[in-house]
Amino acid sequence: MLDKPTQNGRSNGSYDGKLVVEDLENLTFQVHRKVFVEPDILEQENRAIFDKCWIYVGHASEIRNPGDFRTRHVAGRPVIFCRDRQGNVRALFNVCRHRGAVVCREREGNTRQFYCIYHGWSYNTDGSIKGIPGDDAYPPNFNKKGMGLVPVPRLEHYKDFYFANLDPDAPDLHTYLAGAKDYIDLVVDQSPSGRMEIISGVQEYDMKANWKLLVENSVDDYHLVSTHATWLNYMRNSGVNVTPAKGHMLPTKGFGKDLGNGHLTTDNPNYRGRPVARWISVYGEDAKADIDAIRNELVERLGEARAARVADTNRNLCIFPNLVINDGSSVTVRNFTPVAPNLMKVTAWALGPVEETEAQRARRLHAFLTFYGPGGFATPDDVAALELAQQGYAAWREVPWTDLSRGMGNSQEQLATDEGHLRVFWRKWDSMMSGAPA
Amino acid sequence: MTKPIDHASTVTRDEVEDFLYHEADLLDRWKLDDWLGLLTDDASYYVPPNDKPEGDHRFTLFTVADDIVRLRERIIRLKDPNCHAEFPPSRTRRMISNVRITGTEGDLILVSANFAIYRYRRNETVPRLFVGCYRHKFKLTDAGLKIHERRAILDAEELGAMGAVSFLL
Repeated sequence: MLDKPTQNGRSNGSYDGKLVVEDLENLTFQVHRKVFVEPDILEQENRAIFDKCWIYVGHASEIRNPGDFRTRHVAGRPVIFCRDRQGNVRALFNVCRHRGAVVCREREGNTRQFYCIYHGWSYNTDGSIKGIPGDDAYPPNFNKKGMGLVPVPRLEHYKDFYFANLDPDAPDLHTYLAGAKDYIDLVVDQSPSGRMEIISGVQEYDMKANWKLLVENSVDDYHLVSTHATWLNYMRNSGVNVTPAKGHMLPTKGFGKDLGNGHLTTDNPNYRGRPVARWISVYGEDAKADIDAIRNELVERLGEARAARVADTNRNLCIFPNLVINDGSSVTVRNFTPVAPNLMKVTAWALGPVEETEAQRARRLHAFLTFYGPGGFATPDDVAALELAQQGYAAWREVPWTDLSRGMGNSQEQLATDEGHLRVFWRKWDSMMSGAPA
Repeated sequence: MTKPIDHASTVTRDEVEDFLYHEADLLDRWKLDDWLGLLTDDASYYVPPNDKPEGDHRFTLFTVADDIVRLRERIIRLKDPNCHAEFPPSRTRRMISNVRITGTEGDLILVSANFAIYRYRRNETVPRLFVGCYRHKFKLTDAGLKIHERRAILDAEELGAMGAVSFLL
């Protein structure tokens, strides 16, 4: 059968029209590269996934005070994420009810109203209509009160991480997050008061690659040695032990985990240092005592075992479909949105405990840039790898199948360098795209 | 009472311009070790985030915030064929203009300049354009002018199509 996925990856088209093909008998798992290039697939993803799932909007710390706002895009829609004058968190479509112009043009700020420059309609921070110039010209049945900014259909949060859902009938966020909640807890537990904050400064950059490649890349530890050879070299030069553990590709034996509902994570014993609370030489001798103090606070508050869980593991968490929280060399919250099959926009922030001292915050940010971000020592090489993959997909008809079978022989545990957790994403993607119940 | 030295008057704009043109030439030709020689032993290099161009790297997440230790490591990385983001190395062309000596800070001479960097990559026909201004702090040493602090501030609202800042701005 020509259409069947084969070992050499050659085929003349899709396999019975299936895009994700799992064979538990022969232990193969293949994804058709059509999914990275076809515009109709992106359109279907927008309807079946982005319009149905909980999509990250922002963090409560970004809108601390009444009147604070941030303009965002959620599943491609312009949205105002704000705290109204009464203190309630809102997510409103940033669209004038009159003729549809975007009403809030600034990136962030504090305001008493949102004002449309086209005809001067204005709105309160809770979205209600404030003023319509010359409203006496409207007919008697014109419902001025009903002309407020439209809120997103659903807005819920878990520990200050706010998500929107365009589907009014979606299950609640806490149910949706399933096992991912435990991994968010591990991040939030870094703060003595359980309050984390988004640090000022955002990284917004494009990748000329399909958005699903960044899901894979964010949790794929198999690529670390080859893609990030220069980062490993930098760590080695700085006195960090990055020698692979016996029988492993990486310095420690880490795992890939299925968290339910398409969410997944890596879960690795740390070797690369953590601002909370694992010293490495990159931080300098001066930082040792301070890291010890952070560690002691963790132990006092959480007990030895939980403190070790928080401080001595790093976890790259992917919340389906497009939010990644990397709790590694530092904490990054990273969100990405497809613009075209071969182009995504990435937005990334740093996250830290609100209690941090100036020195601790500076260390956290320094640690962030050792690896993450468009100017970091690792992320640019991820961008390069993903863009090369996308370039390769120009031959998707001739070389159609991506192999994701690493670790399929191990039924007991999946290593972070296996692809068991990547298969979790693809199964969920496939079920949503084929309209199966979530 | 001796008059304090006006460090800004110890160099001319011509000298600063020549220095910046020489620096741009070294970077465009990927003579990175030679470029390191233009820096003081405690130099730093910053690219602030696009949304907080006036930010402080101790409180704000930057695109790049290197002390000299990490900057030397960055050069090691850029010269390594395993620096995949820059292999084959980008071809760049830097236009430097509007050079001004704007003041002093102790014995440091403050210099501002505009830049436009055209970056061509393998497999891309359209250049990626990086436009912004430099805010540098120079030091006049026995070995001539050196850069003590180097800050490249991008004008764009977001990095967007510039993508990664994997080469030196």
